[in-house]
Amino acid sequence: MIQPGLYHILFISAALFFIGVYGFFTRRNLVTMLMSVELILNSVNLNFIAFNKYLWFDKMDGLFFSIFIIAIAAAEAAVAIAIIINLYRSHKSIDVEQAEELRY
Amino acid sequence: MTGATIIFYLLAALTLVSGLLAVTTRMIFRAAIYLLFCLIGIAGIYFWLQYQFIAAVQIVVYVGGIVVLIIFSIFLTQQAGEKLPKQNLGRQLYSMLAVFCGLALALVQLAQYEFVITDGKPVEPTVANIGKQMLGVDNGGYALPFEIVSILLLAALVGCIVIALKSKTETA
Repeated sequence: MIQPGLYHILFISAALFFIGVYGFFTRRNLVTMLMSVELILNSVNLNFIAFNKYLWFDKMDGLFFSIFIIAIAAAEAAVAIAIIINLYRSHKSIDVEQAEELRY
Repeated sequence: MTGATIIFYLLAALTLVSGLLAVTTRMIFRAAIYLLFCLIGIAGIYFWLQYQFIAAVQIVVYVGGIVVLIIFSIFLTQQAGEKLPKQNLGRQLYSMLAVFCGLALALVQLAQYEFVITDGKPVEPTVANIGKQMLGVDNGGYALPFEIVSILLLAALVGCIVIALKSKTETA
């Protein structure tokens, strides 16, 4: 096994990103689609941190981008779950095939 | 081969395997638990990189906040223990094809690209340094994005309350 470095972390991040994309393509349930989006956001964060650690260690910009992405992802998840629960109330289902109309 | 290398590969395996299980399992509650382990693995990688602050933020916000929120929404919208319906095989195959093509493209680009490393003096990502730059208004400070994010969080809070309110004039 080789000493892990930048490329290893970028590989993990790319793999995690495409795992999230696969989940987003195949899942038809809104909660599981939201989970896939969280995986994608996490892979992006991992990328920022790896670049900050190995390439631009004289600055902390990647770290700040990650912090702001985490804050925005938390807000996004909260709003998405509020919408999902509201959709469940009006449609009794959170399957995307059943939620074709945006008004109720 | 040192202990740090072994720990890195263990964390990578934990992250990728639980991530894969989170998007493929048909039990929705198990998917949430696999997502939890995947996020813990990513926090472990941050610890491994010695970015302790971001690892702590990851654990507090994701593991303590978002996963709990997702589990609550599963309980509110789903019969626990019920399996998700079987996936359409064609959709699965085409998604897998698209994902493999994308991953191969990304990895080929990654293998060819030459990264340029800065020659500056390393800055330790300690909490003191992070705090100084986060609230700094001079060149390179992040005070303005910090304020904008606080307004965004307030807007999201108000928006969530408005969306989740029961309408008083229930017509149905």
